[in-house]
Amino acid sequence: MRSSRSVAHSVSLKVDSCQMDSDYENLGGCEPGQVFLLQYSGGPAAGCPDTLELCEVREGTATSQHVRDETPGEEQISSLRRNHWSAATLKVLSAMPSRTAGKSSAAVISRRSRPQRHRTSPRDSSQPPRPIQDDFSEADVGEASTEGAAGNNFWFTGNKKEQLVSNLRGLSASEAMRKLRALPFCLADKMELRRLAFSDVATGSLISRNVPCYSFLSVYISRTWRHCLFSCHSVLGSLHLWQLSTKRLGGRFGTGVVSYFLFLRMLLRLNLLLLVTNGLFVVVPQAIHPPPLRDSHLDNFIGLNLLTGTGYLSQSVMFYGYYTNTTVTACQAALSTARSNGGSPDLPVRDNDRCQTVPYNIPAAYFYTTAIAFFITCIILVYSISKSFGRSFHVLKSNRNLAVKVFCTWDFKLSKKTSVRFQSEKISIQLKELLSEMISGDERKSCLQGLGHLVVNLLTWAVCLVGITLGATGVHFLSETTIRRGAVRETELLLLSAAVSGVNLLLPGLFNLCVWVEKHDSPSVYVYVSIFRNLLLKISIVGVLCFRWLGRVAVEPESRDLKCWESFVGQELYRLLLMDFIFTVLYTFLGEFLWRLFSKQVLKRNRKPVFDIARNVLELIYGQTLTWLGVLFSPPLPVVQIIKLLLLFYLKKSSLIANCQGPGQPWRASQMTTLFSTLLFFPSFVSAAVSIAYTLWTIKPSSGCGPFRTLTTMFHSGKLWAQELENAHPVLSWLSWVYNSLVENPVFLFLATGVFLRGRTKGSSSPNCKPSVNNSIWFPLIDE
Amino acid sequence: MDYTNEPDCKLPLALIVNMPELKENPFRSRIVESFSEDGMGNLSFNEFVDMFSVLSEMAPRELKAIYAFKIYDFNVDNYLCKEDLEKTLNRLTKEELTPEEVELVCEKAIEEADLDGDNKLSYADFENMITRAPDFLSTFHIRI
Repeated sequence: MRSSRSVAHSVSLKVDSCQMDSDYENLGGCEPGQVFLLQYSGGPAAGCPDTLELCEVREGTATSQHVRDETPGEEQISSLRRNHWSAATLKVLSAMPSRTAGKSSAAVISRRSRPQRHRTSPRDSSQPPRPIQDDFSEADVGEASTEGAAGNNFWFTGNKKEQLVSNLRGLSASEAMRKLRALPFCLADKMELRRLAFSDVATGSLISRNVPCYSFLSVYISRTWRHCLFSCHSVLGSLHLWQLSTKRLGGRFGTGVVSYFLFLRMLLRLNLLLLVTNGLFVVVPQAIHPPPLRDSHLDNFIGLNLLTGTGYLSQSVMFYGYYTNTTVTACQAALSTARSNGGSPDLPVRDNDRCQTVPYNIPAAYFYTTAIAFFITCIILVYSISKSFGRSFHVLKSNRNLAVKVFCTWDFKLSKKTSVRFQSEKISIQLKELLSEMISGDERKSCLQGLGHLVVNLLTWAVCLVGITLGATGVHFLSETTIRRGAVRETELLLLSAAVSGVNLLLPGLFNLCVWVEKHDSPSVYVYVSIFRNLLLKISIVGVLCFRWLGRVAVEPESRDLKCWESFVGQELYRLLLMDFIFTVLYTFLGEFLWRLFSKQVLKRNRKPVFDIARNVLELIYGQTLTWLGVLFSPPLPVVQIIKLLLLFYLKKSSLIANCQGPGQPWRASQMTTLFSTLLFFPSFVSAAVSIAYTLWTIKPSSGCGPFRTLTTMFHSGKLWAQELENAHPVLSWLSWVYNSLVENPVFLFLATGVFLRGRTKGSSSPNCKPSVNNSIWFPLIDE
Repeated sequence: MDYTNEPDCKLPLALIVNMPELKENPFRSRIVESFSEDGMGNLSFNEFVDMFSVLSEMAPRELKAIYAFKIYDFNVDNYLCKEDLEKTLNRLTKEELTPEEVELVCEKAIEEADLDGDNKLSYADFENMITRAPDFLSTFHIRI
């Protein structure tokens, strides 16, 4: 192996941080690597080691080698030569259509490849001049041939490299980095390209003297920032939540199951965002100034309160009733907190000169925080959908392609022996099934058989729909009964939540049974049917509940003797979330653990229950919908959801490892991720956002509690605050104009978002959809 | 093997394929061989990084397709011919299919994917087939 390449590689390894700097600026050179000696011993069978001297690193990677052995004229050529690819690799690379004119002439390749075998032998290090001259002539030949890319010095013939570099320079930094990553060169070459493309000032001159003083500081700052960023990278990497667990799960169960856990992690992050915004802007300011009126007979805390959310908790920071419609300031003067009309002016208290801090209007903060949090969540969700769409653009296409099955189904993540064996079995079974289908697939199914299947499918659909209707009606009936009965005991409050969770638990089992009975053409149809049914169930349940809250409780709160209907709704949502979690724990324990024991001991079957991804994901989506609905009525509700998700992760993980096996059907994980994100956005988030918007815009808040108590709708608080601001500081009138045209005109907001996201989607999806276009950018001389 | 003093050392194939991420993979030796310069599976550090960067989540589809093609091309002739497919299948299914089934699968696969009619799959055919497999990006991925 040639010392040139090896030295170049080792140089590039040692000066990593310098390479990073050269991305944007190559000032000051590379401090550690100015001159150093490298002891090189080449290859296992090498002869004598050479000691080489390196000049300045920037040029070092280009000119390092063979100082003793080369004449100056050839130094340039051999300095450009980097890789001595084996003949086999060269043949592959050279014949790839992205680099050749289409016809690979094997003769030329074989002629060129023979002398290289010569050169890669380490014994040649004893006779340096000959191979170099060979290379030189090879380079000539390479350049002269029509297959400019083919040949050993493929890209190091001068103008090719310059062309690539100039292509890179012509693009923006991020585009160029993306293109660079997609090139099929080895790491050292890419680093070289990057260094050449991005260090405009770099070549040759001693940079440090040419830096003007005024930009030195900014360069220094940006370089220090980059160093910090890279050192933080390792810390941030370790904070990447659950990295090791997901890797282990993927190694054992495959990509499909891991997508569930990754989805869980995404939900956790969304909730963290909600919590941070709500906490900072709503909870903490109010918690510092607790409301003056408290119902003292609710002051003792009993354990059941934690479950029902009533009693002590109903007056805590947890629910809507705690928040006041005052303007609080940071100073403790009694006067400043005593104002209790919603239209209080925004001026600081005049008779206390020590209060210099900005007053904080709680109702406006409550309203705006909720609105902005929803808006940001919407943006994040649409962005993530567009990103995953870009990766998997065939979303609903079912796949019967044999070749694809052979080449694309092996999950490289699997690392456990039993899982690998299991996957081999699965693939053999699928291939056999496909083969038999293909062989016998031409025979048309008999009419009777087709009719039979149709009848069975219709029946199962009817059963499922009836089940869903019954469940929803039952919940509705129970809800109406509790409304009519008025004030109830605390334990009875749990009845509705328990009923809802029970329906959510039992009906998916029915759906699984129906799917087992049905017959479909392709395995993925089972998955989609199952997801759709679960989705219908959840939508109907949430719909019934929303009607209960917004259509009955909010409109006639007197019928329930409710002083504060918003707190009541918040408590209901809290109870629903808790019950959901408790029932999930029960199901995991009974449905998975005990079932496994039962089937093993009693039924004597060795197969573990299958991890039902569809059901679990829809459970997550349902929980998240409830959280979004509840954020308006209970600002710290994301805490509950976060704790629930954390516990759920570990619970599901241990249950999976102990009790379950991976799904038997082929789970196309990329499509599933897109589907989950779409389901999270479209029915779940949109319905929550619409309900919240409806509440904010139309429903009258209760007059006895909460931050909006004197207003006709919650939305007015925002308007009032804007008006006050305008009155106090007339110079900010343009702000109110902006507010009026933006917020009152949601169309404008959606338009802006749509334009932004369209631009983003285009950018993210184009590289994956059009590989040929990419190629033509990079190898302009070679095509046609 | 002292990396600090000899940064140019190459790890032999036998050592790399014992990594826990690769140990059970039926294509492990082919993976390592396609990233090695000498074609024998001895990787330098840069090649090692290359390998895992192509197999990582962030690598673009085209790059993965190029190297997937190299991996499945057992006889390194730049085409996926019938023998390559047979070897791939045997490794995938751990020889559970009968020879007739293997033969049939190979024939049908080539029939489906071959666009230029030369009875073997060139890179263009392979890439075209990959575009119809949205899962390719997530399955051709090793997490370290």
